[in-house]
Amino acid sequence: MSFTSGIFLLFFAVLLVVYYLIPRRHQWKLLLLASYLFYAFAGWSAVCYLLATTVTTWLSARQIGKHYGVQAQWLAEHKGTSTREERKAYKAGIKSRARRWMLFGILFNFGMLAVVKYTDFVLGNVNGLLALFGGGQVPLPHFLLPMGISFYIFQSMGYLLDVYRAKYPAEPGLGRTALFVSFFPQLIQGPISRFDDLAPTLFAEHRWDGAAVGLGLQRMLWGYFKKMVVADRLMAVVNTLSGSPEEYQGLYVLVLMVVYAVTLYADFTGGIDITIGVAQTLGVEVTENFQRPFFSKNTAEYWRRWHITMGSWFRDYIFYPASVSKPMMRLTQWCRGKFGMGAAKRVSAYLVTMLTWFVTGIWHGASWNFIVWGLLNGVIILVSQELTPLYQRFHARFPRLGATFGYRLFQVGRTFLLMSAVRVLDCYRDVPVTFRAVGSIFTEFNPAILWDGSLLTLGASGADWVVAGCGVVLMLCVSLLSRREPLRARLALRPLALRWTLFGLLFLAIVVFGAYGVGYDANQFIYNQF
Amino acid sequence: MSKRKKAVLTGIAAILVLAVALGLLQELLRPKYGYGNIPEGTLIADYYDEAGDHDVIFIGDCEVYENFSPITLWEEQGITSYIRGSAQQLIWQSYYLLEDTLRYETPDVVVFNVLSMQYGEPQSEAYNRLNLDGMRLSASKIKAVLASMTEEESFWSYLFPLLRYHDRWSELTARDVTGMFHTESLSHNGFLMRVDVRAAENIPNPRPLGNYDFADVCWEYLEKMADLCEERGIELILIKAPSLYPHWYDEWDAQIAAWAEEKGLRYLNFLSMTDTIGLDFSTDTYDGGLHLNLAGAEKLSSWFGEYLAEEVGLTGHRGEEALEALWQAKCDRYYAMEADQLRELEEYGYLKSYGARAPEE
Repeated sequence: MSFTSGIFLLFFAVLLVVYYLIPRRHQWKLLLLASYLFYAFAGWSAVCYLLATTVTTWLSARQIGKHYGVQAQWLAEHKGTSTREERKAYKAGIKSRARRWMLFGILFNFGMLAVVKYTDFVLGNVNGLLALFGGGQVPLPHFLLPMGISFYIFQSMGYLLDVYRAKYPAEPGLGRTALFVSFFPQLIQGPISRFDDLAPTLFAEHRWDGAAVGLGLQRMLWGYFKKMVVADRLMAVVNTLSGSPEEYQGLYVLVLMVVYAVTLYADFTGGIDITIGVAQTLGVEVTENFQRPFFSKNTAEYWRRWHITMGSWFRDYIFYPASVSKPMMRLTQWCRGKFGMGAAKRVSAYLVTMLTWFVTGIWHGASWNFIVWGLLNGVIILVSQELTPLYQRFHARFPRLGATFGYRLFQVGRTFLLMSAVRVLDCYRDVPVTFRAVGSIFTEFNPAILWDGSLLTLGASGADWVVAGCGVVLMLCVSLLSRREPLRARLALRPLALRWTLFGLLFLAIVVFGAYGVGYDANQFIYNQF
Repeated sequence: MSKRKKAVLTGIAAILVLAVALGLLQELLRPKYGYGNIPEGTLIADYYDEAGDHDVIFIGDCEVYENFSPITLWEEQGITSYIRGSAQQLIWQSYYLLEDTLRYETPDVVVFNVLSMQYGEPQSEAYNRLNLDGMRLSASKIKAVLASMTEEESFWSYLFPLLRYHDRWSELTARDVTGMFHTESLSHNGFLMRVDVRAAENIPNPRPLGNYDFADVCWEYLEKMADLCEERGIELILIKAPSLYPHWYDEWDAQIAAWAEEKGLRYLNFLSMTDTIGLDFSTDTYDGGLHLNLAGAEKLSSWFGEYLAEEVGLTGHRGEEALEALWQAKCDRYYAMEADQLRELEEYGYLKSYGARAPEE
């Protein structure tokens, strides 16, 4: 069920009414029912995967929680009567049993994800190798990828690891765990929430709060605007340019970079706005996933502001654990003996960074494009780190420059273009094509396409460009006005009539200028596929 | 006034304003049919201004709204009639249009053109729109929409056409503004007049079909149509209009004739009666035999009027003062349009308005 479909709007409207009419203690149960109904539109087989993740996560976390409970009881009973060594040995035994359950949950779920998402990719590469040596071909199973599986498995495994790390106790109820895994607004494209962030409002009883519901609806409206007026209108241009890389070279590739950056941003943040807005109307607080990323001054900052929950997931569950893992510590020690402390630190930092970005890349999709995309991000961040002393010397030489608006603008523009250049790997069919296309920016000189009408032949008419352009300007203005606090919060202080007028106009703009209906492909949210 | 009360009232006022704005936008953005721009587009909606006590209701596709003249039926027999025809009207659309019509009146006779029996599934969004957009909201319309939608279509867009036509903002003209609250209708009780002539030549040979059986769904709706008419005491007459193309196969004809006989219904295949009627396809068609022009439609209507009077027993309403006045106005408009079309024909050599396109150079 797509957020932009009529059936979703009907589903949401009915849910909202029923949610506030039923006894409040049953609200979370209704959300669970609604979430499964929502997901059932993706097919019953998809529901089976969701159930498998739910049950294994609940079982593993519960068993871990039980072990920790037994441990707490034993420690309480043996307080003062046991030695430190005995307590340590007992804890180690418990940890070992808890680890087995954690590994069961992790291996089952990531194994399931690996099978459905990566089998074709791996076997395709095996077939490529076999073909080189004149071997046969392994048939590809073509598993149907359940919608949003990467999101809910990562969210569930984050919860399991947190329970294993005793960050918070396990949720005893299967139903509540099921709701945490399947909460429908974020099921398909995130954010990847943490249990301790989401649970307090997810399971709480909510009274009708007109102001909060109003703010949620406003957020949804803004999300629909970004998705339907900007992203879906520009998507035709992205498809045209990336579909014929041999035809569209030089400046066309630069146009693709910029248009795809804007499209992806409008699409993904639009979807997240709808997610957060829907949750807000239901009284549930979902973590923010973006913080005006296109205003970032460097790549590291960009990744702290773009898809924040994914970045923090990889940081907390891949980067940090890998950095302090035994093999990495041993490698660091070995390098320190051979090459000195500075080099040892670099080797481990490089390896862990590249590992994290490799996983980030392949999480996005089973293709070399995403792997190379991830690794390139890692390389850019490492190069940026290595060049830090150089920047510092430069700024020491020109101390006033860094504070100027022009330089900050340069930094923002540089980061935007760099990220956009790397991101086009999403668009083209394979890595060599992408590199050839990007290379053509420097070899094909065709600036005339900007004024000779060529841009009007890419699937968007002049009117489409004007509408999308106005939408982008509006998005930019809203971003600028939301630096300190969300614009909606500021508008909430303004007269009611003004607010109704503004949001009424926004609604009319979506109805009239939205790209939907016959003649438009039903554009799924781009991040649904991950 | 309390703050809460004020907020509720503001909200209600805002929703009302929004609803009005949406309504106005819908009127602005919906396609404006009429002169020079798909005159068929207004046919379905036109009926509601004329709904009343008609003796005969014609149901069907272009083979009814181009081939029968209600004015001739009135002038010669005093029979009042209306054509609820529309382009490529599929049989389930015909059925639901009949159902819709019977909400307003109960005619003595319903005439159904059977050409649409050949289509067993929804055909195209464009024709669906011409058939369904003009229907007033009713259970019949909803059922017609659900039966007609192609895969790419959305049900909601039939209830709220703005959802379908919102994208016309980039092609709006002054006509869209002036036509917001006024529809230009070219029809005469559902009849679209054309006075020009293009003789029937080079009719393509019919392509043999692998299967001549009509789809089950078509039979089902034909049965329903017969049942509905019987239930309301209306005589259903099946016809095949005298259009030379698309081809009406003998195998199809035999099936309809057999079914009509079994049901005790009249079935008239006008294709086999062209000589009797006096149709001459070198002068009585405006598009090479697909549809009749005014001269052809008047000949056919004249013959059919006599048939309705003599065989079916319709007595007509000549001499009824109120009806005479009403139909006189219709006749005046009819002849004025005929004169205007003839003028255009003389002035330009072709029909410039009235949905006709200039002949290719």
